[in-house]
Amino acid sequence: MNIFKLSIKNIISKPLNSLLSLSLLILGIGIISLLLQLNSLIKDQMDNNLKGIDMVVGAKGSPLQLILSAVYHIDSPTGNISLEEAEKISKNRMVGSSIKLLYGDNYNGYRIVGTEKKFVELYKGEIKDGRLWDKAYEVVIGSKVYEKLNIKIGDELVSSHGLRETGEAHEDQVYEIVGLLKPTNSVLDQLILTSPESVWDIHGEHEHDEEHEHDEEHEHDEEHEHDEEHEHDDDREITAMLIKFKSPMNIIQFPRQINQETNLQAAVPSYEISRLFKLFGFGIETLSYMAYLIIIVSGFSLFINLFNSMRDRRYEMALMRTLGASRIQLSMMIIFESLILTILGFVIGLLFSRIGVMFVSSLMEESLNYDLNSFLVLNEEFWLLGLSIFIGLISSLIPALQVYKMNISETLADE
Amino acid sequence: MVKTNGIKFNYDNEIFFEFPNVNLGKHENLLIIGSSGIGKTTLLHLLAGLIKPQSGSIELFGVNTSQLASHEMDKFRGNNIGLVFQKSHFVNSLSVIENLQLAQYLSNKKDSKRIESILNNLGIIDKSNKKPNQLSQGEKQRVSIALAIVNSPKLILADEPTSSLDDKNCDNVIKILKKQASDFGAQLIVITHDSRLKKHFNKSIEL
Repeated sequence: MNIFKLSIKNIISKPLNSLLSLSLLILGIGIISLLLQLNSLIKDQMDNNLKGIDMVVGAKGSPLQLILSAVYHIDSPTGNISLEEAEKISKNRMVGSSIKLLYGDNYNGYRIVGTEKKFVELYKGEIKDGRLWDKAYEVVIGSKVYEKLNIKIGDELVSSHGLRETGEAHEDQVYEIVGLLKPTNSVLDQLILTSPESVWDIHGEHEHDEEHEHDEEHEHDEEHEHDEEHEHDDDREITAMLIKFKSPMNIIQFPRQINQETNLQAAVPSYEISRLFKLFGFGIETLSYMAYLIIIVSGFSLFINLFNSMRDRRYEMALMRTLGASRIQLSMMIIFESLILTILGFVIGLLFSRIGVMFVSSLMEESLNYDLNSFLVLNEEFWLLGLSIFIGLISSLIPALQVYKMNISETLADE
Repeated sequence: MVKTNGIKFNYDNEIFFEFPNVNLGKHENLLIIGSSGIGKTTLLHLLAGLIKPQSGSIELFGVNTSQLASHEMDKFRGNNIGLVFQKSHFVNSLSVIENLQLAQYLSNKKDSKRIESILNNLGIIDKSNKKPNQLSQGEKQRVSIALAIVNSPKLILADEPTSSLDDKNCDNVIKILKKQASDFGAQLIVITHDSRLKKHFNKSIEL
């Protein structure tokens, strides 16, 4: 038996009181830790996907939408731009490298992106099995796609039009899987990559179908389409182009130039994302203030709990003094009780926040094909531990002092 | 070996007490008897060192306890004095045996054999793992006696141990106290207004 064990026994002997003072702390710590985790995980995801992209060029519209669609692949594209104009920009002397992106189809909700092989390098993607695409209708699959859909090399995919699962199927054209990518923890994981030609081809045909609605002979269409492609190269369109500058200085001047002088839109991802986070941040900040308030209230409730229990136990503490306990030992008992509760509250709060992260992650994965899983303890969470300990010390301060100053003789005479 | 000399005490300069000298030799027990409000509990607390006299001296086993600092007194009390209160007090979150272990811990002792022999001697060994609130009144009184003697005190101070008991139980408790004191080689001082106890003591002081 020792003072620390006694503190634990005291807590266990009043489980409901302990739970009451704990629950508020768990709630406060849980909310803050959840916010911190989500904020950091989303930021990491966002930053990870931003590497090597200084500017995105696409059709006029909302710059944020352009970034969300072309960099994060979670929004609809702003529209298409002509390949010719895009290439003019990519030949500008300020541009270091550029990557074309073409959207149009999906397979089971996973986007099929027509792009150049440089796109895989951008995210440091590596082939796990097979090879990269060489010709039209060959696809390479991101790790999350093949894990979720359980597909392998040699399988054939029939894509659906649009970016949602419900789009009409292009049943006449199938893609063949020629390669699988290793996980990169970037957008690459959730994409199906193919050559730009595949997308031009399949949609060229599609547009053609629409133009000649009554013409149902596909073979004829296809031949016709191929002919057309060679004749009118300049009609081809792309959805967006990712650009890296030769020098970071160009990030200020060049996008403005494009926006003013062409009918294309240029957006800077880092700028748009920090704008997005500012909007987010307001909500996050408000929520964290509320959570801090809850923590303060929890400290108050802990104080009242300790104070009452100290009054209830004044005879037994006087008894302990007569048995040889020092003032310090009794004060330590109270402080231990408080600290055990707050540290327990911190641990359970963190546990709850992780469950929250898993929950949010599963929601995000369903709707956005993103997942966030990391169970690292953030630096800010060590601050929360400090805060919990501080709350524990502060709330036990007055009860511990009262115990320290307790007059045993008066307490015992007062029975 | 309990000696007091001219001890005086007052509460807030209003209630003044002046106590007769106590002089107790080795192996002697003492009954201090007096009616309510005469300062019995005050005298017991003075002897136990829970309060200090304004003047006069208290000497226990060769130590002038009225000169000890408060933390020294805590240690001295833990090692040398066992207190039995009118009403039984325990650490309610601990079982009987854990209460006794805590008492030993607080005076830096550890002796599970002694705990066992005390509980056996008092006939409550089968209650070892019960919580205090699961005990009957008589069992509680025995446990509080066990708490008072677990650290082998040289002096047992009992404050009105029998006042709320009927004649039969009164005899019982005082016999247990005397037996425990002699079994474990301690001196017993009982402070009470209960005149039934007179016949059990050779030496008594009236306040």
